[in-house]
Amino acid sequence: MRWFWIDRFLEFESGRRAVAIKNVSLSEEYHSEWLLAMPLMPGSLILEGLAQTGGLLVGETSGFRDRVILAKFGRVVFHDYARPGDQLVYEAEVQDIKPTGSIVFSTARLEQRLLAEVEIVFAHLDDRFAGVELFDPAMFLGNLRSYGLFDVGKNADGSPLQVPSYMLAAENRLAAADPRACEELGYAVS
Amino acid sequence: MPSKEEVFEKVKEALVDALGVDDDEVTPTATMVGDLGAESIDFLDIVFRLEKAFEIEIPRAELFPDDVLTSEEYVQDGKVTAAGLEQLKARMPFADLSKFEENPVVQEFGNMLTVDDLCRYIQGKLA
Repeated sequence: MRWFWIDRFLEFESGRRAVAIKNVSLSEEYHSEWLLAMPLMPGSLILEGLAQTGGLLVGETSGFRDRVILAKFGRVVFHDYARPGDQLVYEAEVQDIKPTGSIVFSTARLEQRLLAEVEIVFAHLDDRFAGVELFDPAMFLGNLRSYGLFDVGKNADGSPLQVPSYMLAAENRLAAADPRACEELGYAVS
Repeated sequence: MPSKEEVFEKVKEALVDALGVDDDEVTPTATMVGDLGAESIDFLDIVFRLEKAFEIEIPRAELFPDDVLTSEEYVQDGKVTAAGLEQLKARMPFADLSKFEENPVVQEFGNMLTVDDLCRYIQGKLA
């Protein structure tokens, strides 16, 4: 199952803030098992989308090398529900980034109305996990491209965000090993 | 330098925010793990808040001397040796280790730290 709980980035300022959208659809699987007659998006999945927005914002500061994992949600407040047809806007703002972890403040809005707000703590796995890759770099890059991260991403100085070279290299290796599969996956391999 | 009371108030605020506990639960003698329900991941959050509140840096090894507690030299059969206890006392002058000394089981170490210990640690950093 795909575990994408954001659809696209609208803004992405390295180390500072990111804005992503999530379109709520009645075709999403959870509607078939939960509150059938009153389709609502579960708050936990809104939190997951906020964590994906914030986690990628933090992870990018190390070129996605740091192993950033969701540690805890603090002070979660839900103000309203999200329903099929809604377009949620998730905004994540970095409060603090340190070698051991980071804190991000995130909100979900629906047409400027505040839906949810949360403080998210991420842990950065230390050297005991050296060499452990959470994601295959080529596949991960594919995900980042799906989110349009590099279409809107900017560095602190305003210049466009570049794909980290080790990710490009991994993608090219994949393309060389199996060009047809890569083409089918829609990878933009140079 | 902030007074003892001011340090306590700021520590209390950090613990209330990080752990979702009530104001009156945060007493000087409350233990972080046993009484306030802190889990290992909460300490990351608490350290963040304390660093911000007091504008200090808190290296993890100062509050949680993992290297001593996982050392073959200082731990035998799951208990901290006499030499290990001396190390801990030297490294953590802010902590009252007398209770831990009675039965120094490594697993119990995390449950020893009190709110008062944390305040003393902060005061030491600010001094």
